[in-house]
Amino acid sequence: MSRQILNMQNIVKTYLMGEEIQTVLQDVELSIDQGEFVSILGPSGSGKSTLMNIIGCLDVPTSGKYILSGHEVEGLDEEELAYIRNKEIGFIFQQFQLLPRLSALDNVELPLIYAGLPEKERKIRAANMLTRVGLSDKMKNRPNQLSGGQQQRVAIARAMVTEPTILLADEPTGALDQTTGQQIMELFRELHEEGRTIIMITHDLNIAKRAGRIIRILDGRLIEDVAYV
Amino acid sequence: MFKESIKMSWQNIIHNKVRSLLTILGIVIGVSSIIALITIVQGATDSVTSQVASIGADKITIQTRGTPLKQGLLNSDINKIAEVENVLGVSPTITGKTAVVHNKIVKEDVAVQGKNEVYFLKSDDLIQTGRGINILDIKNKNKVCLIGQNIVEELFWSENPLEKDLMIGGVTYTVIGTLQGSKGFAISLNDDSVIIPYTTAMSFLGTKYISSVDVYMSNSEYSDTITTDIQSVLSEAFNYNEEGYSITNMQDILDTISQMTHTLSLMLAGIASISLVVGGIGIMNMMLVSVTERTAEIGLRKALGAKPRRIQQQFLIEAIFLSCFGGVIGLLLGIVIAFLVCMMIETAFILSMATVALALGFSASIGIVFGLAPARKASKLSPIDALRSI
Repeated sequence: MSRQILNMQNIVKTYLMGEEIQTVLQDVELSIDQGEFVSILGPSGSGKSTLMNIIGCLDVPTSGKYILSGHEVEGLDEEELAYIRNKEIGFIFQQFQLLPRLSALDNVELPLIYAGLPEKERKIRAANMLTRVGLSDKMKNRPNQLSGGQQQRVAIARAMVTEPTILLADEPTGALDQTTGQQIMELFRELHEEGRTIIMITHDLNIAKRAGRIIRILDGRLIEDVAYV
Repeated sequence: MFKESIKMSWQNIIHNKVRSLLTILGIVIGVSSIIALITIVQGATDSVTSQVASIGADKITIQTRGTPLKQGLLNSDINKIAEVENVLGVSPTITGKTAVVHNKIVKEDVAVQGKNEVYFLKSDDLIQTGRGINILDIKNKNKVCLIGQNIVEELFWSENPLEKDLMIGGVTYTVIGTLQGSKGFAISLNDDSVIIPYTTAMSFLGTKYISSVDVYMSNSEYSDTITTDIQSVLSEAFNYNEEGYSITNMQDILDTISQMTHTLSLMLAGIASISLVVGGIGIMNMMLVSVTERTAEIGLRKALGAKPRRIQQQFLIEAIFLSCFGGVIGLLLGIVIAFLVCMMIETAFILSMATVALALGFSASIGIVFGLAPARKASKLSPIDALRSI
């Protein structure tokens, strides 16, 4: 039996839109074990981005209980949320979100700066991680000198460099062509086999199918939770 | 932590070279004008005070208006003043106006001053040729005189005036010396005057009253006590009528001058610091633009675990960097300007460390004051909104 690393109970998220209260997430119950590869599948406007933000501690639920790797997220302030994001979450974004002025190596190093690691150790770990994603010869390159697929690999290296509990990917192939997207998914499969926990948000069923478990979300509710073996 | 913040700030400033330079221009102008103004005023002040001091910082001047009963000081009063503690010597002045004649050339209304030997001892560059009045001239009431340059030119135009005769008020005097004339800016008041021993003057100008006295001190530090002592002598001499005399202390004049220039330099610095404030607003403006431009970057950094405090620190360092950079450039520019101006107006170039510290401290604090608002804004950005803004 694997260790449970994420547990959500009765998560509700509402926004105040003018006078009206809009409910974006309603009674979400979710638990994910260590080493799982989960897709969260839903059309735009289904609340999947809000769910991702809450999982990634970028946002806090209006009500409900969320425990991430032993931390109770409720009631934490900005400083503590920043600490949890740094330690527990590795973000991978659709648009890569690399800093254009920094080299690939410096980009990967960034979360380690915020973790407070000494420079020497940061460089070693960042270099190792870039080698792991197959970019050992591109460390000094800036993002604009890299292809889309290579940029996403840098972003994945950056997400993994702190050894987070969860890799949280938001449409990771959304900005890539078919072939490159397949290569990135192949990398995700390998990382999953290495034992990493991956949560991937997507609207694309074909991409979602690459995961071992698909959770469908619609109008703020989880409507289906299927595990493949 | 700190080192990375500095590195990141530096990279950003370098990336926006032109914009950064334009932004710090206000600070550069502000700091350089403060440095230049204070330094120039200080140099000018020093020149003025040293000039005044050369006239005699160790001198107290007594002017008498007299009372109906007594129109000036008597010889006995002068002797009492000379006996005051720490007084080195006294030099009385008797003035009159009369006609002088030489070789049948007449010059009317010439200022004739009666002086003593102390006056010549204390004023080194008074004599151009010949000798000054000595103690024997005073004792014997010798009929000798020194004459100013205009009188030399008008009455002795073709001859050497030394040892020649000069009729002053109908009495014949022997010329023993000529007085130094005006040179450039140093205007001499003696060009049109004749100086004779004051004892002689008392006899022949028909006055027994001395109108003014210069009192020389052994040390200007004693000026206050000496002034008090002289005051009591004079009060007695004029029967306690305070209206009869006035005492001018050179040290007081020097103090007044330095106080005035101090106020002046503060005022100039105040005006110049307005441009520092304008420069600070420029920095705030650039930082706000920078925060808006880098919203996505701030969001990403937050997602990667940057704490709000960290983001604030980074933007604040950037603002302080900019203003200090401007401060240093302004400092160098100000020194160059001050140096050139001081050379041009021929005053001493004195750069005080206090001025340098003031300018640098001022620019750093402007960075903090005007950088704080943008930095706080950056640190308060919600990471979701920030990431969405691409």
